Amino acid sequence: MGQIKLNKVTKSFGDVAVIPPLDLTIEDGEFTVFVGPSGCGKSTLLRLIAGLEDVSSGHVEIDGVDATDVPPAKRGLAMVFQSYALYPHMSVRKNIAFPMKMAGVTADEQNRRISAAAEALNLTDYLDRRPGQLSGGQRQRVAIGRAIVREPGAFLFDEPLSNLDAALRVGMRLEISELHERLKTTMIYVTHDQVEAMTMADKIVVLRAGLIEQVGSPLELYHTPCNEFVAGFIGSPRMNLIKGAEAAKHNAATIGIRPEHTAVSMTEGLWKGVVGVAEHLGSDTFLHVHGVPGCDPMTVRVDGELPVRHGDTIWMTPQADKLHRFDAEGLRID
Amino acid sequence: MARNVTQRRKILNTAAAWTIGLLIFFPILWTILTSFKTEAQAIADPPIFLAFDWTLENYGAVMERSNYSRFLWNSIVIAGGSTILGILIAVPAAWSMAFVPSKRTKDILLWMLSTKMLPAVGVLYPIYLLFIQFGILDTKIGLVIVLMLINLPIIVWMLYTYFKEIPGEILEAARMDGASLKEEVLYVLTPMAIPGIASTLLLNVILAWNEAFWTLNLTAAKAAPLTAFIASYSSPEGLFYAKLSAASTMAIAPILVLGWFSQKQLVSGLTFGAVK
Repeated sequence: MGQIKLNKVTKSFGDVAVIPPLDLTIEDGEFTVFVGPSGCGKSTLLRLIAGLEDVSSGHVEIDGVDATDVPPAKRGLAMVFQSYALYPHMSVRKNIAFPMKMAGVTADEQNRRISAAAEALNLTDYLDRRPGQLSGGQRQRVAIGRAIVREPGAFLFDEPLSNLDAALRVGMRLEISELHERLKTTMIYVTHDQVEAMTMADKIVVLRAGLIEQVGSPLELYHTPCNEFVAGFIGSPRMNLIKGAEAAKHNAATIGIRPEHTAVSMTEGLWKGVVGVAEHLGSDTFLHVHGVPGCDPMTVRVDGELPVRHGDTIWMTPQADKLHRFDAEGLRID
Repeated sequence: MARNVTQRRKILNTAAAWTIGLLIFFPILWTILTSFKTEAQAIADPPIFLAFDWTLENYGAVMERSNYSRFLWNSIVIAGGSTILGILIAVPAAWSMAFVPSKRTKDILLWMLSTKMLPAVGVLYPIYLLFIQFGILDTKIGLVIVLMLINLPIIVWMLYTYFKEIPGEILEAARMDGASLKEEVLYVLTPMAIPGIASTLLLNVILAWNEAFWTLNLTAAKAAPLTAFIASYSSPEGLFYAKLSAASTMAIAPILVLGWFSQKQLVSGLTFGAVK
């Protein structure tokens, strides 16, 4: 229960077309992440699925049934908002119970599900508090609890972790992933953070200006990005994109090489450069290198510690089989 | 660095605040004092401040001459009724303006407020004729409707301002949680707006309670509220300052008590939600 299909969906605000005609199928049980820079329409797309915005044309199907004109309350989807959107005048218990109250679930069943959710989310001691008395991470868990108890056909997450600090974000990321493993319910997750996308998704949808640039598993996008935009967006640090003579040698307008696919030597190699900034993390060393024609700065990653400093001259050689080639339109050449 | 407030400055400010406060309160105080004087002392020149023969005879005379409780009941029904009716109409209106605004929402709000700029007497004649047509002259229901309409722009504005402060995402969350529009307004919006609704209620009870133009012009005997009760003691042929004051005191006493106990709500209401 929870296949979602978008059929030639469009959305315009006044004269501004935010989403040009778009087709997408999200399979039952899949963890799908919409990722893209801000303003790419990913949140709008989620709100169209939720029913919080009306489509300008096209159809939204949920489990094979046309839900285009079904109000959000009747779509059987649960949403977790960026601002948590908890009801400030209700206790945590009442917040979690609210969707069940609306659905007419019996009191006994409500209590059973609240206890189970509170147990799973570590909220048992906070059930009688108001949202205002909770920390950001706890509020986020209440919001998730409120979504779980109604046993929805799919979960919609709208940048749920962006208000949390970095450490909490990693923790919650794992909790959400585990939740998905346990429930096996369809989840659609919107984020601008490609690390979240890579680590959580079964399927990533990369969006730019309302258009789907590529759909695929995290590793598909990593290994075979279909264009320069996806190549630059997926992967951290970003892929180096090199234009000009170096690219022409490979019969391409642009070639791309990921920082981790470049060998570094102090004595010899294909490209020579001067280290601008060296970041020593212990586990890896990131070098931002100036002087490589067509790509300034170039970023390279070295395993472990490499004792180089600002101003050192190094040589870099890309792994030939990891080079990505793109034509003048930015499309991948295979 | 925090601003340095000296003790001297504090005392000066406090004194100034008290002076202004007493100045504003003085007419009410004078009315209350006068109500305990004899008619002769009430018009004495120079005026007597406190050293007069305190008497309750004016209250006795007023109670004897007029049926205070009937006026009071009419005031309660008219002020309460028009406020409740106004809130029932204004909550959905303010909801739609705050959460599903159209291109013209701002214009409509301003237009509604502009009706308050028209002098009431300008529409007295048409409204009087309508009241005759509908046979609601000198009825409580007629006044409830007119006072509700007079105050509706203010009620809608105040509620609109309060609703605007409620994050739209919370209402969307309610929708996602399966709440119908009615449930969304009932279980989420209204409880969150309770402070705002309360101060709106209070302000409107006070406005309706003190409204004198329509209550005097559209009532005679049956539906006359306390404003008419006061007016009945201001006659051109005789000077009954003390009795007039007694009547006024009795008329404003309930609302004074209500206002005293709800100062906090009123202040936040009058600043239109600016102070959160």
